[in-house]
Amino acid sequence: MHEMSIAASMLEAVQAESTRRGAHVLAVGVKIGALSGVDSESLRFCFDALVRDTDLAPLSLEVEALPWRHRCRHCARDFPVVDYHTECPRCGSPETEMAGGSELEFAYMEIEET
Amino acid sequence: MTRVPVERKVLSENDRLAAELRQGFLQHGTLCVNLISSPGSGKTMLLERTLAAFEPDRRVAVLTGDIQTDNDAQRLARYGFPVRQITTGGACHLDARMVEKALAEWRPAPIDVLFVENVGNLVCPSSYDLGEEARVVLLSVTEGEDKPLKYPATFHRADLVVLNKIDLLPYVPFRIDLAREYIQRVQPDAEIMEVSCTTGAGLDTWRQWIEALSSVRSSGNGNS
Repeated sequence: MHEMSIAASMLEAVQAESTRRGAHVLAVGVKIGALSGVDSESLRFCFDALVRDTDLAPLSLEVEALPWRHRCRHCARDFPVVDYHTECPRCGSPETEMAGGSELEFAYMEIEET
Repeated sequence: MTRVPVERKVLSENDRLAAELRQGFLQHGTLCVNLISSPGSGKTMLLERTLAAFEPDRRVAVLTGDIQTDNDAQRLARYGFPVRQITTGGACHLDARMVEKALAEWRPAPIDVLFVENVGNLVCPSSYDLGEEARVVLLSVTEGEDKPLKYPATFHRADLVVLNKIDLLPYVPFRIDLAREYIQRVQPDAEIMEVSCTTGAGLDTWRQWIEALSSVRSSGNGNS
């Protein structure tokens, strides 16, 4: 359960952005990859619990879930990994490498107009 | 309402500190190895066997993380090398700040190999870069061989997977061929080693792996 630490890091970033702009942040968007090791529901729970008693409230969390993707080293095909099948669906090569899914990134913040 | 793009990692502060640590390790020719596994897979035992085989004048040190107790540090201190416990007080993983703080307070003499034994956990440590050169994940044969599929976030970041306790293979249903296949599915580039810290099988290969990385690291060091 490290989602509480991650939610706390997110709030620090929102606080910094809010201070820098001198405006209230209404929402924060994040991208969470399937292999990021972060559970979106758990993150949401922790995020809401931490926000509640701060000046940042109300602040909503918008999560975009990104799939686990690989890219073929032979034919460069980029494909989603389903049921742990990492071999290339086009040329059949087993030599593929990760092309997405480990993301744990901010995407945007919604700022209140002043 | 205005939507402004924010393009950076959620854990960018951790990544920044990890990059600083990595730069420091590089400057000092230190190989840093981050050991990750479930509780009870044998991280501490592997370190005990590893330390026991080093020459006494070898510049080796261990940072060991646990939620509570300094039991592991006490076990590891018997081998005469510097050992420091990080007690996280509840946190389920080490982060770069904890490592930086421990090193700053500790100020150990120059180190060639620094082992960081993470908190026993196959989920949370995976998100936190500690500035390490190599990430080693242990899986013991008393666990399920499908752990790489159940915890892909951890296994897909492994440089090396150590299959431990292979002396117990005759007594458990663990299929090592399947374990290898599952590891390769989530991390095709990982090296895989089979060891037993009880019989010593495979430990020479493990030590050679460490020594090879360490010699590359120390020869790349500009100010030894």
